[in-house]
Amino acid sequence: MTRLHAQPGPITAPSPSVFSEAYWEGCALGELRFQRCAMCSYPVHTPGAVCSGCGAGALVWESSSGRGVIHSFTVVWRPVTPEFEVPYAPAIIELSEGWFLLTCIIDCETEDLSIGADVEIAFRTTLDGVSLPYARLV
Amino acid sequence: MNHNPLHDVVITGVHNTRQAKVLEGHDSRSISLEAAHGALADAGLAPIDIDGVVGPFGNDFIHQHRIGPVWRSLSPLGIPAVLEAAMAIACGLATTVLIATGEAGSHRQRSSTAPWTRPTNEFVAPFGMFTAAEFALMARRHMHLYGTTPESMAHVAAVIRNNGHAHPDAVFRGRGPFTAADVLESRMVADPFHLLDCAMTSEGGTAMVLTSADRANGSARPIHILGGGTDHFGPAYQNPPVWESGGRRRPDLIAGTVGRRASELAFAAAGIGPGEVDVCEFYDPFSFEIIRQFEAFGFCGEGEGGDFVLSGAIEPGGPFPITTDGGTMSFSHGGAAVQLLQRVNRGVQQLRGTCSSMQVDGAEIAMCTGGGSGAMFTDVILLGTEAP
Repeated sequence: MTRLHAQPGPITAPSPSVFSEAYWEGCALGELRFQRCAMCSYPVHTPGAVCSGCGAGALVWESSSGRGVIHSFTVVWRPVTPEFEVPYAPAIIELSEGWFLLTCIIDCETEDLSIGADVEIAFRTTLDGVSLPYARLV
Repeated sequence: MNHNPLHDVVITGVHNTRQAKVLEGHDSRSISLEAAHGALADAGLAPIDIDGVVGPFGNDFIHQHRIGPVWRSLSPLGIPAVLEAAMAIACGLATTVLIATGEAGSHRQRSSTAPWTRPTNEFVAPFGMFTAAEFALMARRHMHLYGTTPESMAHVAAVIRNNGHAHPDAVFRGRGPFTAADVLESRMVADPFHLLDCAMTSEGGTAMVLTSADRANGSARPIHILGGGTDHFGPAYQNPPVWESGGRRRPDLIAGTVGRRASELAFAAAGIGPGEVDVCEFYDPFSFEIIRQFEAFGFCGEGEGGDFVLSGAIEPGGPFPITTDGGTMSFSHGGAAVQLLQRVNRGVQQLRGTCSSMQVDGAEIAMCTGGGSGAMFTDVILLGTEAP
């Protein structure tokens, strides 16, 4: 049994793009944001300027429920750089609104992970003061 | 069948430099130039015969040999470079094109994963993502959907690593033989991938020369381009690698089957089907990707790839031998792109019948690939000993 935690060390702060500034502003407030098409309601992530469902340029920011399920996951034992503590568990979360978020699952044992398991988003602040959306089993 | 201009183009020269974990005395520029000279010698040509170049060091080649003005492509390497060179020749922009690349000295500090595997994107870098983790998310989804096992992946890795074990020029020559159990017992990198399920990293150069079939008359053994295609689903390592994503163009064309459309185009241009392929020089960044490609390209049904690779099909002597030089797991993985072109080079060697190990007897058609599901792209090229 090996416990999964949010990364305790320094992590290079994300550099927002023109499209993603509102996303990171939301994270700083503890709010998970995504874009939804005002024309066809298709949910969009990562942030952009046009709807991936219908092509309309009418995306509106919305707050996610923060509830979802594990779509896929891995457990990393060889870190990308020495700054990352292993193990950590990158995962794709399918949010209740039907969009996909890449994050890491925390606060559980590696053996507890399974595709389809219910999760909720939980924000953790890095050493550098960046608020990141992680996922926890519920 | 309509005439396909790709059929007017042939490959007349290929060369790999020495491949090694570290190539002392070389940098990327010097090893690329050595590769270029090797491919020219193999084609029986001089630098002045080249009027088109592809590759990051193509400009250097133009300048050093004072062959300008010539056509130059900024194409990425691997199969897209081969196809673009072929199109340039078919369209009359160039008559004889050199593709050359190499890397040395860019990854010698090993505490981190290789620099080309580390994304900097805002949505993935904070979560410690790198290439192995991206591909592991795809493999895990396939396991969930179809019951694919780590044992089937380990078998693929053992077959490829044994091909490299027997290859005199492989970086990992003589390291085997390997069994699936050896792979499963190696340390975990990104579940379900053990160390031996993954590509290694090394240094090396590689190059190729293409020209028109007319000009190649008299060449020792010109190898024909039968067809090709490239499939992309957008930027790699930025958006979550969701197996089912895509599908707006056609429901079965999803990120998990990336390469299917490219293979359909290639097979149609060649006028053949998967059953007529003699050697499968598939790109092998991770063991699972071989299983996935057999499904995506129609060698077997969706979800059947695990059983397919365990059926005896992929070993030397089987109907679809894979990655016969040891690929990125054992032969070489020289950087961001060197190894992508080496799949095509190996296909050429197989069809010439000149492989020093794992030569497929009487091979007439080779399928070479690049990319992978975790990277959201897959490229395909079909080569033949005869024009269609």
